[in-house]
Amino acid sequence: MSRYFAPGNAAEAAELLRTTPGARVVAGGTDLVVAARGGKHPLPEVLVALHRVPELARVRETEAGIILGALTTHTWVERSGLVRSRWSALADAAAMIGSPATRSTGTIGGNLMNASPAMDLGSPLLVLDATVELRRTGGTRALTVAELLAGPGRTTAAPDELLSSVRIPAPVPGTGSAYIRLEHRRAMEIAIVGAAAALRFDSRGEIVAARLALTAAAPVCLRVPAAEAGLLGRRLDAEALAAAGRAAVAAVRPISDVRASADYRRAMTAVVVARALTLAARRAAAGSSVPGPDHPPTATGSVQ
Amino acid sequence: MRYPLNVTVNGLRASADVEPHRSLLSVLREEIGLTGPKEGCDDSECGACMVLLDGEPVNACSYLALQTDGRAVTTVEGVAPADGLHPIQRELLAAGGVQCGFCTPGIVMSAKALLDRNPDCDEDDVRHALAGNLCRCTGYQKIIAAVLRAARQPEHGPADRP
Repeated sequence: MSRYFAPGNAAEAAELLRTTPGARVVAGGTDLVVAARGGKHPLPEVLVALHRVPELARVRETEAGIILGALTTHTWVERSGLVRSRWSALADAAAMIGSPATRSTGTIGGNLMNASPAMDLGSPLLVLDATVELRRTGGTRALTVAELLAGPGRTTAAPDELLSSVRIPAPVPGTGSAYIRLEHRRAMEIAIVGAAAALRFDSRGEIVAARLALTAAAPVCLRVPAAEAGLLGRRLDAEALAAAGRAAVAAVRPISDVRASADYRRAMTAVVVARALTLAARRAAAGSSVPGPDHPPTATGSVQ
Repeated sequence: MRYPLNVTVNGLRASADVEPHRSLLSVLREEIGLTGPKEGCDDSECGACMVLLDGEPVNACSYLALQTDGRAVTTVEGVAPADGLHPIQRELLAAGGVQCGFCTPGIVMSAKALLDRNPDCDEDDVRHALAGNLCRCTGYQKIIAAVLRAARQPEHGPADRP
């Protein structure tokens, strides 16, 4: 017989996870409930619904950065002028997810804990050096996003741990970031392959900080340290873009599925890497970026 | 096991005892008697079940009914004034944006969510707002034209803005 809990605070939610075998949290349900509707796997027998926990929906802006409660919706992120200007790659990604209904319901915590290799928020959070806070009865711990993601649908969080917030440090002034994905259509889409980049230049136009991460190209969203290191100290010219692309292609472990073959994903990795780096550089040069909330940059020119 | 659900639907309080796995759509249709929201795909692809939850569009087929406890739901039955039609509905009729009509309640709700927030929208905004609604009859052009015309009217529903 299925059971349902709707705790009013995070401590109570964590305690339910500790004491109730088989309990799973549900935030917006855009993965958990939709997977059940689609026949992928049934809903858990014990649901701990989080929507009544206000502390998990809180957004805190500090000197050091921004802390997004786990229940922060994609819609909130895409509409936030602050996120669009300072953490542009994350706003790009949030604006691309599913439909308006998916975005108003789906959450940053759910997107991470669902741990799809094609999740749009993963690579942006990697290049923005985000950390997550996991809460259990008796304590919390912080992990980088890379430490959290363990494989398709798998994280390193224990069953009694609740992702409570995502912390993103303030970018060094002059940083530009972007997320690009390859897609068959402009909405209701899942990345064929995607790339997030964050770049900062010195006064001579040479790269002094570089981050690059890939989506839907390996069992987890992953950074490409070799590509990052290769960009340092040079201008973002065609040769630099090509070198970053080669390093990225060497790092991928794509699969073939209904959306694309592994070979196509491998080939397109260099394309999205070049586009993400180029857009990040343009934003770094502009000082900030304000993509409109309803017009995420897309790698394809097609319209619905 | 059933749990009590108290939700405001179209401005009226509604109550039901609901199993954890029940969708908002099934409760709206089978317990509350509102059959405007439709079951199409039943897994968030088609948008025929679209309702507003606290003013934002939600696929009612894939939203747990119990998670709406204490919140406000608007269905297509709640958008029109007692003596007429909402401008979105009127323009859909005038433009020929309705053929079989199955997708229409969902289209109306997605369009309303857009116009409530951004009446100054352009065609690209409308296409993005309706991206989660499938229509197999019209080819969309007339629907998009209708929503844009509704947006140009001053009275597209400020009274029931969230």
